[in-house]
Amino acid sequence: MTRADKGGPVDLLSVEGLKKSFGDNHVLRGVDLAVPEGSVTVLIGPSGSGKTTVLRSLNALEVPDAGTVRIGDVTVDFSRPVDRGARMRLRAQSGMVFQGHNLFPHLTVLGNVMEGPVVVQRRPREEVRQEAIGLLQRVGLAEKAEQYPYQLSGGQQQRVGIARALAIRPRLMLFDEPTSALDPELVGEVLGVMKDLAADGWTMVVVTHEMRFARQVADQVVFLDGGVVAECGAPAQVLGAPREERTQRFLHRILDPL
Amino acid sequence: MLDQATLQLLRDSLRPLLEGTLQGTIPLTVISFVLGLVLALVIALMRLSPVAPLQAAARAYVSVIRGTPLLLQLFIIYYGLPSLGLTINSFPSAVIAFTLNVGGYASEIVRAAILAVPRGQWEAAATVGMNDATTLRRIVLPQASRVAVPPLSNTLIALVKDTSLASTIQVTELLRKAQEAAAPTYQFFALYSLAAVYYWVICLALSFTQSRLETRLDRYVAV
Repeated sequence: MTRADKGGPVDLLSVEGLKKSFGDNHVLRGVDLAVPEGSVTVLIGPSGSGKTTVLRSLNALEVPDAGTVRIGDVTVDFSRPVDRGARMRLRAQSGMVFQGHNLFPHLTVLGNVMEGPVVVQRRPREEVRQEAIGLLQRVGLAEKAEQYPYQLSGGQQQRVGIARALAIRPRLMLFDEPTSALDPELVGEVLGVMKDLAADGWTMVVVTHEMRFARQVADQVVFLDGGVVAECGAPAQVLGAPREERTQRFLHRILDPL
Repeated sequence: MLDQATLQLLRDSLRPLLEGTLQGTIPLTVISFVLGLVLALVIALMRLSPVAPLQAAARAYVSVIRGTPLLLQLFIIYYGLPSLGLTINSFPSAVIAFTLNVGGYASEIVRAAILAVPRGQWEAAATVGMNDATTLRRIVLPQASRVAVPPLSNTLIALVKDTSLASTIQVTELLRKAQEAAAPTYQFFALYSLAAVYYWVICLALSFTQSRLETRLDRYVAV
């Protein structure tokens, strides 16, 4: 569904007033976010700015103290006690790729991709297998289907993680620093797959330090600092001509660390 | 030392001791171990649950089981409970005592093995839609079993030998058969040595099975 169909802006994801503290540490101080269907949003910000906490709130891996998260027609208001059912409904809307892949080590590559659809969604095994092989082809790993995760390189592991997340047929893909733990020469293959997903029209929220990816692929760059959105806009603006001084300082540190 | 008569007695005792092993020692071990593992999982999950009273109950249970002699636990069930009006036959008494005992010790192994599975595995399972019970069954326990096999094998091997305590409550198992065979002629050295060999052989077989199992469970890790 596009914006035009509804006669107005349709955001697949909207976040309002997200707050989260760990003890005295106020990680999120009221974060708002809107992600239109089919768009790519990149979250950037200094260490401790809350970008990962925002991402993990979108699927309730982190339970915020206040604020609402809406994905499609599933809305969760975290200012009230949230039961397990609500958390799981929200979670079912998105797939997640982790920094440290978190593949299931005791299952083969194919087993990892099939686990959610077969065990949770109870879809027919053979149908799931076909779809899983298709997803592995899409990330370029069909020939690794019967291998175990430890037999793969870091980049391959991340690509399996992407296939596993896609397999549950989510509406939204979440990426938590998917290339931060990789050797530099393996970063490209993972970003390449993500770029393809973006081109296919996937709605994506990506926490990353890869500024080139943000510049090329993002529709929207959100700069978080101190638990709030300090600046938000098109990549050319936020990365090319940042208005806020703290955005400028952050980009300077990233792009010219010495 | 080993005269003709003793050798004959040993030969005649091979079969009764084997019967004691097959009808007493092995069933007692297997039933108690399987039930004990189930109990251990329950206790471990209670310890890991966020519910404080469950945690406290599990902790108290482990403390009592580990803090009292197994022989005493056996005596309380077989000789003690009848005075409360509850009489249990010798074999079931032994099963109950060993199950409770294994449950206490193994719960700590199971708990540690569950904690050894990284938190990211729970999170990844959650993102593909699993609830906690499914995650435990499909993702965590299979990985925890790899960690738990060596210490649980210790528990099992200890249990094989501990079942000899059941001879004190009239269970006809290996040690009791040896006692019975030795009693008429006072050939305790020969018969107890023979019984020792039986126990040792069982434990050798278990150690062998353990290595096979470990190899199998290691198939998905780089070694």
